[in-house]
Amino acid sequence: MKKIKEKTGFEISGVAASPGIAIGSAYVVRKNEIISSGTKLKNESEVLNEIEKFKKAVQASVDDVEAVKNNEALKLNDDEVNVLEAHIELLTDPQLHEDVLQKINADKKNAVDAVIEVVDKFVEVFKSMSDEYMSASAADVKDIGNRILGSLNHSIDNGWQNFQSNTIIIAEDISPSEAITIDMTLVIAFATSVGGKTSHTAILAKSKNLPAVLGCGNTVDKIENGDVIIVDGTKGVVIVNPGEKCLEEYSAKMREYQQGNEFLRSLKSVSCQTSDGVKITLRANISSAEDMLESLKHGAEGAGLFRTELLFMNRNSFPSEEEQFQFYSKVALKSKGKPVIVRTIDIGGDKPLGYFNLPKEENPFLGYRAIRISLDRKDLFVTQLKAILRASAMRNFRIMFPMISSLQELRLARKILEEAKQELRKANLDFDENIPVGMMIEVPSAALMADIFAKEVDFFSIGTNDLCQYTLAVDRGNEKIKDLYDPYNPAVLRLISYTIEQANKYNISVGMCGELASDPMATRLLLGMGLTEFSMSATSIPSIKNLIVNNSYEEAREVCGKVMAMDNSKSIIDYLKRNA
Amino acid sequence: MISKNYIITAPEGIHARPATTLIRLTKKYKSVVSLKKGENLVRLNSMLNILTIGAKGGDTITVIIEGEDEAHAAQAIDNFFIEELKKL
Repeated sequence: MKKIKEKTGFEISGVAASPGIAIGSAYVVRKNEIISSGTKLKNESEVLNEIEKFKKAVQASVDDVEAVKNNEALKLNDDEVNVLEAHIELLTDPQLHEDVLQKINADKKNAVDAVIEVVDKFVEVFKSMSDEYMSASAADVKDIGNRILGSLNHSIDNGWQNFQSNTIIIAEDISPSEAITIDMTLVIAFATSVGGKTSHTAILAKSKNLPAVLGCGNTVDKIENGDVIIVDGTKGVVIVNPGEKCLEEYSAKMREYQQGNEFLRSLKSVSCQTSDGVKITLRANISSAEDMLESLKHGAEGAGLFRTELLFMNRNSFPSEEEQFQFYSKVALKSKGKPVIVRTIDIGGDKPLGYFNLPKEENPFLGYRAIRISLDRKDLFVTQLKAILRASAMRNFRIMFPMISSLQELRLARKILEEAKQELRKANLDFDENIPVGMMIEVPSAALMADIFAKEVDFFSIGTNDLCQYTLAVDRGNEKIKDLYDPYNPAVLRLISYTIEQANKYNISVGMCGELASDPMATRLLLGMGLTEFSMSATSIPSIKNLIVNNSYEEAREVCGKVMAMDNSKSIIDYLKRNA
Repeated sequence: MISKNYIITAPEGIHARPATTLIRLTKKYKSVVSLKKGENLVRLNSMLNILTIGAKGGDTITVIIEGEDEAHAAQAIDNFFIEELKKL
C-alpha cells in the first residue's frame, strides 16, 4: 500500500479527452517559457549576428531531431518517424526563414523575439482551423519553435527522464516530439492545463489507450511531484491526494472499467449468437474505406450500409464513373471479402449538394430526393451503377436502393441496373452478374407492402430514422416536436415487425441500419421480432454483441410478444428499461 | 505550364504527414510547383504554406507546375494525389 501524504486533497475538472481511470503518482513537468524581450537591434552588425545565431540554432535543432530519429534505442514506429520528418521540414521551411529574417532585418528584432512572433502567427492560423488534423499542426509548429528557442538560449531540456512505473504526467501540454521521447510503457495517464477533445494530446492519449483529462487550467500548478493522482478520463476529473475512501472507490471503479474493457475486446473473436444458438450478423455503417478498416477492428462482419454520399460532397461537380469506381473498389478491397451493402446515392432533403442545383422545396423530405432523383436523372444513376458494378468484381458487393415507396420505382431501378450491366458486358468489363439487389424499407408504404416487395428483391434493410419520421409525420430536425420522434411508438414497431416477418416468410435476408439497431434497449425486442442482421457505427458493435450473446432467442420472443401487445410507447419503454 | 485539379481523397486532408511527402517529392524536380485552393495560391516548397491553405478531405485543389521538367513532375504529382495520398 502506498503511503498517502498528510495533505488535503482537491479535485480539478477538465475536458474528458480519453476515457478510462488511472491511479498513480504525479510527475510534474514545468517549462520555463521563453518570453520576448522587446529589445531592438542597434546596428547592422547586430543584425548580422542575430541572423547567424538563428541559422546556427536551426541547424542545431535539425541535428537534434535527426539524432532522435536515428536513436535505435527509442524503437520508433513509422508514425513517430513521420512526425520527426515533418519537424525537419518545418525547421527548414523557406517561409519560416523568410519571415524570421524579415523581422530581424526590417523590424530590428533579435532572433528570439523574431522566432516567437513568427511561430505565434502560424500557431494562431492553425488553431483557428476547425478541422482536428489541421489544428493539430499548431502543436508541431509550436514544438519546432520551442526547439529553436531552446537552442538559441542554450537551454538543455531533459525534463522527461527517470520515470517510475505508474507515472501520471502533469504538464501544460505534451508536444509531439516529447510524446515520442517519453517512455510510454511507464506512463498510465495524462493531465494537462491546456488542450481539448481534438487536440494532438487527446489523439495521442486515445491512440495509446491512456486516460487523459486536458484543459484543466492553472490549478494543475498546485500539483507536486509524487502526489497521488486519480485521473478519470471518462468524467473529466483529476483528484489530487484523495482520501482513503475515495481511493478505495476509485480502485474498484478502475478494476471494473478494465475488466469491462477487456471483456468487450475479448468479444471480438466470439461468434455472435444468442445463448440458445441463433446466429446473428453484426455489420457496420460506413462512408469510406477507412471506416471499413476501423469497423473490422471492432468485429464487424462487413458493411450493412455503405453510404456513397461522401464522394459526392465537398466538390464542384459529379464524380466520374472512374472516380466512383476507385472509391468503391477501395472499400471492396478493405472489406477482406466480407459483404458490403452499397446504397445508391441518397441526396436531397437534408443532404443537399452545392453543384447540383436542387430547387428549394416546401417539404424537402417529401420531395425530390434519393431514388426519385436517380430515376429522374438516369445519366447520373447509370454512371453510379456502372461504377458499383465494376467494383463488384471482388464478388462481395450488394446493391441497395434508398427510399423506394412503390413497386414501379423498384422495377424501374432494376431495369436501369440491367441496362448498366448490359453496357459493361458490351465493354467487356468484369462484374458480379449475380450481385444481390435489395431495398431500404424506410417509407411506410414500402413496409406495408413488404410481402409484395419480398418477392422482387434479395434483401431488405430497415432504415428506422426515416421510417419513424414518415410514419409519425415528425420532422426529426425540428426542435419543437423532437419528443414526438419516437421509434418505440407501437405504429413504428408494427411496421418493423411486419417487414421482418414477411422477409423471413419469403426467405430473404433482412437487416436494420437505422439508429434503433444500435440502441441497447431495443436489442432483445428486435431479436424477438426475428431480425438477424444489425448494422451500426463500428464503436457500438461490442456492446450490442455483448447483449446478444447473453440473451436467448426464446426470452427475446417473450419480450417481443409482451411489447407488441402494448398500446403506447411509454409503457413499452418502461417495460424494456425494467427488464433490461 | 501544366495545371490540374485534384480532389483530396484522404479524409484527413493534407496535414503534416502528407505535406512532408509532397514537399520531398517536388524537391526532386526543377519545376516550380504551386498549390491553389480557392483564392489562395502558395509555393509548394513550404510546409507552413501548404498547411495554411487547409486542404481537407473532399476539397478540390489546383496544382500548377512550371519548368523544364514539368511533364515528369506532373506525372509524379498525379501519382501522389491519385494513388499515394489515400494511403497516408
